[in-house]
Amino acid sequence: MGKALNPHYKTYHPRWYRPRMPIFWWLRTLPYVKFITRELTSFAVGYAAILLVIQARALGQGEEAYSRFSSWLQSPPVVWLHIVVLLVVLFHTVTWLNLAPKALVVRVKGRRVPDVVVLLSHYTAWLVVSGLIAWRLLG
Amino acid sequence: MPESVQLQVYRYRPERDPEPSWETFEVPLHSEWMILDALNYIKDHLDGTLSYRWACRMGVCGSCGMMVNGQPVLTCATYLESLLPGPIRVEPLQGFPIIRDLVGDITDFLEKLTRVKPWIVRAEEKPLADGEYLQTPEQLAEYKQYSMCINCMLCYSACPIYALDPEFIGPAAIALAQRYNMDSRDQADQERLDVLSQHDGIWACTFVGECSAVCPKDVDPAGAIQRYKVTATADWFKSLLLPWAKR
Amino acid sequence: MRRSREPFLWALFSGGGMISALFLPALILLLWVAHPLGWADVASYDQLAGWVGNPLVRLVLFGFITLFLFHWAHRFRYTLYDGLQLYHLNELIAVITYGLATVMTLVTAYVLWVYN
Repeated sequence: MGKALNPHYKTYHPRWYRPRMPIFWWLRTLPYVKFITRELTSFAVGYAAILLVIQARALGQGEEAYSRFSSWLQSPPVVWLHIVVLLVVLFHTVTWLNLAPKALVVRVKGRRVPDVVVLLSHYTAWLVVSGLIAWRLLG
Repeated sequence: MPESVQLQVYRYRPERDPEPSWETFEVPLHSEWMILDALNYIKDHLDGTLSYRWACRMGVCGSCGMMVNGQPVLTCATYLESLLPGPIRVEPLQGFPIIRDLVGDITDFLEKLTRVKPWIVRAEEKPLADGEYLQTPEQLAEYKQYSMCINCMLCYSACPIYALDPEFIGPAAIALAQRYNMDSRDQADQERLDVLSQHDGIWACTFVGECSAVCPKDVDPAGAIQRYKVTATADWFKSLLLPWAKR
Repeated sequence: MRRSREPFLWALFSGGGMISALFLPALILLLWVAHPLGWADVASYDQLAGWVGNPLVRLVLFGFITLFLFHWAHRFRYTLYDGLQLYHLNELIAVITYGLATVMTLVTAYVLWVYN
């Protein structure tokens, strides 16, 4: 069967009906909504990357520049934005870690490591990393 | 329990209808009846022109897949009672061109399935005198789950990527490729990588995960695809960093 | 058939996804929510500036930020393809998303290189 250049061209079977996917297909079922929400969490990750660079720059430019950055961080709309960013990133973390056992199937001595073990080791890693960050930043 | 239930059935008769339409049928409600039984009742007593596929009526042949209330299911395995009060919407599988009524064109799937070489491929065959290929239970366990696929295409229907991009090779084809890749007797994993590590192969998949959710045989094609992404990536880096290594 | 270059991009996406999943929640909570709200006493300017001064820290920071940027680029690229059915703008979307990520990566490299 040849690859049609025009996706609407009905090769060989002009009367077969080909329904189009609606543009808002991702709103039609709950699993699809969850999927698109998960995908859009990438914006929170991208935002965090950019803000980290801005923060590093402010740190490098001296105490005065950094205190301006700090005040900006404290303004209420920015705090609210960052609470939202935090929630979105948490959704990313949870959905990402929950899917880890699907991608990482390890066999030890001929037997498959149970999914729950893979899952728990990922959550443990998250806990350990978060603990280390808290320890360094708060200590 | 009510005496009857309504089925809203998708009709498309290309010789007379430019567009598909819906037809409502009143069907007796029995506690042991599946959607398939209702369709058979319609064909036997109400409208003999209704076209649909079915065969084994016990969930092993993969013929009777349809969208019921927007979900891809095996109609021989879905109780009418579970969908009360109705009306129950029955449509052909999403993602496939519709030939007539509830019958879709599955040629695309069959072509893609053939492309992944779903059979044992050996670099050299063992001579018959050497006997059978032996396999331990652990070796069987590696691929057994993926061998359960009955080619019912519910996964293709659930996959939004396949509906959006018909070039996508699709969940079942990849799961079946994995079934052979992981079979200790097979030696064609590099060949299958060439076919599957393509823009419309595994890389079009964005892990929506609906394919595994609807699979009646728990094949978990989504898992097969993600594992294959890891394998393909590892292989890509290996070929880049260690081009002389035999893979 | 020549194999696609997708594995490399997927590796960046995957790495970025894992690192962001493990590191970002705590970082965002402490640096951008708890500290500005006064809930927690996060490291002082001198401490933070000192840490970022360490070239190893800056190298790791650069690596993480690059991965986060390419994670966004790859995921958003596919979101545009599937969510808005823009497959026909394939090349353009790839150039824009990975291009933006590359530009931001270079900016990051510059900021961290000249850091004093």
